[in-house]
Amino acid sequence: MKTACVMSVVSAVVLLCGAAMGQDLAVRGAKVYTAAGKVIEDGVVIVKGGKIAAVGKAAEVPLPQGVKVLQAKVVTPGLVDVRGTVGVSGLFNTKHDSDQLERSAPIQPELRAIDAYNPMDALVEYVRGFGVTTVQTGHAPGELISGQTIVVKTAGNTVDEALVKSPSMVVATLGPAALEGGNKAPGTRGKQIAMLREELIKAKEYAAKRKTKGEAKGEEKDAAAGDEADDKKKDKGGERNLRLEMLADVLDGKVPLAITANKTQDIDNCLRLAEEFKFKLVLDMAAESYMLTDRVKAAGVPVMLHPSMARAVGDAENQSFETAATLQKAGVAFAIQSGYEGYVPKTRVVLFEAAIAAANGLTFEQALASVTINAAKILGVDARVGSLEVGKDGDVALYDGDPFEYTTHCVGTVIEGKVVSEGVH
Amino acid sequence: MKINGRVCWTVMGAALLVSTSARAEVTAFVNARVVPIESGGKAAAEIEKGYVVVEDGKIKEVGSGEFRGTGATVIDCAGKWIMPGIVDTHSHVGGIGGADNSATIQPSVRVSDSLNPYDSGYRRVVAGGLTTINVMPGSGHLLSGQTIYMKMRMFDGKPAARMEELAYRDERGNILGGIKMANGTNSLREPPFSGTRGKSAAMVREAYIKAQEYQKKWKEFDAKVAGAKTEDEKAKLKPPGRDLAMDALVEVLEGKRIVHHHTHRADDIATVIRIAREFGYKVVLHHVSEAWKVAPEIAQAQKDGVVIGCSVILVDLPGGKLEASQASFETGAILAKAGVRVAYHTDDWITDSRLFLRSAALGVRAGLPRDLALRAMTLSGAEELGLEKKVGSLEPGKDADVIVLSGDPLSVYTHVEQTWVEGRKVFDRSNEKDKLFAVGGYGAGRDQEPYFCCFGQ
Repeated sequence: MKTACVMSVVSAVVLLCGAAMGQDLAVRGAKVYTAAGKVIEDGVVIVKGGKIAAVGKAAEVPLPQGVKVLQAKVVTPGLVDVRGTVGVSGLFNTKHDSDQLERSAPIQPELRAIDAYNPMDALVEYVRGFGVTTVQTGHAPGELISGQTIVVKTAGNTVDEALVKSPSMVVATLGPAALEGGNKAPGTRGKQIAMLREELIKAKEYAAKRKTKGEAKGEEKDAAAGDEADDKKKDKGGERNLRLEMLADVLDGKVPLAITANKTQDIDNCLRLAEEFKFKLVLDMAAESYMLTDRVKAAGVPVMLHPSMARAVGDAENQSFETAATLQKAGVAFAIQSGYEGYVPKTRVVLFEAAIAAANGLTFEQALASVTINAAKILGVDARVGSLEVGKDGDVALYDGDPFEYTTHCVGTVIEGKVVSEGVH
Repeated sequence: MKINGRVCWTVMGAALLVSTSARAEVTAFVNARVVPIESGGKAAAEIEKGYVVVEDGKIKEVGSGEFRGTGATVIDCAGKWIMPGIVDTHSHVGGIGGADNSATIQPSVRVSDSLNPYDSGYRRVVAGGLTTINVMPGSGHLLSGQTIYMKMRMFDGKPAARMEELAYRDERGNILGGIKMANGTNSLREPPFSGTRGKSAAMVREAYIKAQEYQKKWKEFDAKVAGAKTEDEKAKLKPPGRDLAMDALVEVLEGKRIVHHHTHRADDIATVIRIAREFGYKVVLHHVSEAWKVAPEIAQAQKDGVVIGCSVILVDLPGGKLEASQASFETGAILAKAGVRVAYHTDDWITDSRLFLRSAALGVRAGLPRDLALRAMTLSGAEELGLEKKVGSLEPGKDADVIVLSGDPLSVYTHVEQTWVEGRKVFDRSNEKDKLFAVGGYGAGRDQEPYFCCFGQ
């Protein structure tokens, strides 16, 4: 009796901790692409407590006793989608599952993705089936500043279980997609920049005031001490303004500002704005970025490139399958995103998007990096995900052939040592 | 012969046919892996090393081994693949517009009156290896108008100036097309549109019953004319009034115009079949997100001659709207297994014509046999447009619509290198102009007359 009781308590504890602590697992692959060095033929990845404990040749890395072993022809890191909207814009595309864009005002950086993310959305499960384990999701393009984004794992029953980083970026949009109708502002490109500059100048003043008040109270150290300390300091800084607070964090370099821009003049506007206000800029979509790779490279700005199969319509009319290869050649840091889709399909799968780039000038390894380690670096989460290296999260994708080939299947997805997708996708 | 540098198709069509057949233009594609699709009405295996000879715009010969003919312009395709030009059963390329918001059933509207042959979308179409496309009005109406079957011809390396130059025609010169219908949620709106599925079906039935009555009136009139004993008596007969909308629906009732029906949910598919049975018209079921639930029912309707087949849209994942929330990669495989004819379509701009082969490949990923997937892109599509005698396979006598690929058509790494229509090259990836449309880039998104006239100047 007593023993049985203890056993059930133990298993309950294990279950409770499962999500947070991760599990033990070994993944063996005829080819293991680590995104951190050369391919390992007949390799193995050992995951202990949800973290990668060893990576190497199967003949050289001992298997822990009794550990579950998965096998596949090809093994890669779990894919990292640098920018999507899954879990915020839902599969059904109805009012009840579409929280990606608030249309009540053009500038609302205070909208948090953490308050909108639905880890149970079927799209999350769907992309997970194709090896995607990490995604930056949240507010979509379509307003001048539409809100924040977060980085999540594609598993977990609550946003807290899924969360990797919040906020990860504040997202803005330039060009026709963020113009208002009727007599509302912004109605032109010029007005868009004027409004952004005004708002950023206000935020600059707010940041300066915040800093002075903080220093007066001897609390400047708090700036690096996490959200809680931040909140405390802001409380003491006087009247709070969520909107300016967020933008002040952007100006302080704590959170990057991602700007969706496709046409050359919109991309150039982003670069000019970042030069003026010295914030961390990330270019989003950037269909015509191939026209100003020198400028982008010189500015050291990373690009969350549009899905390769983004439609060649509207301000993305001149998009190219070869832009990834052009950016690669120019030495611009980039990752390929799934993006936001307003209709059918409701989202895209970065595995498929990287495949098209691989067929249009990127090498296999470069294409893989664009949806793993390079994405993780742009998101600032590369210490945890993006490659198969000791100490990182045990996030692994398994395939029965070349992952990019149309007729290959994803045959398993692992997040922190836990099998989160089985079967053939 | 030429107006503005282009052959004026309608005026000079007959003369053109005569003049081209006068000088034999023979091209031989040799040393290729050939995918004939069918030969003599039977499925034909891929030919590992073979050739295709085309003469005066038609396929003359398909063979295996070395090509030993003479007098042909020889194109060495060593290492390449050759297959028939791809048929897209459902596309919206060309800046088109069909019915307006004044009514939900508008059979008199012709999409051909709206399309812009200079639209850069057509350049992307040929870059994808598509040589025949069914351009349709949208799905926001129960019946949004007449579709047009287009042949992706070019003239002296330039796009056609007029849609007439791109149209398929019957023996009498009539432009060929189907009719576009839709059910499910896209067409549900405020009056004068239907607001429920029951109302949708009722409105469609009323329209076809009216068409039957109109048809009867004309038949009676024709019979009276035939029975008239004198010219004088004939002249006295008064014809019923002409109604363009009814004319189009009568063509549907008489099997001259195939219904291309947008339909997703399983019960909506069943409704399409029910109404088609009632009026005896032929229908191709398009999109069919939930066809996998009713595959045997569709197969039966195909056996009964009501359904010609299914034209499947393959999108990267389900959703975007309720009626597509259960779409599956497996639809093609499940339908094929049940014996249903399967084609795919781009629904361009929903999916990109340049990547159309990807649809077949993802179908294979989900279990569709490879040969059926390649047939789906060609002959099955042609059958669903009623064009199977002209295109869809590499068989002697058919139009010389041929594409040259760098490798296996179902591989992501393969590119369409050349597209030929009626024995003339309309796309060549090695040409920098053409490559711009194949991969995209600055200037690829615009209407193409200014572009074509000024390229490189």
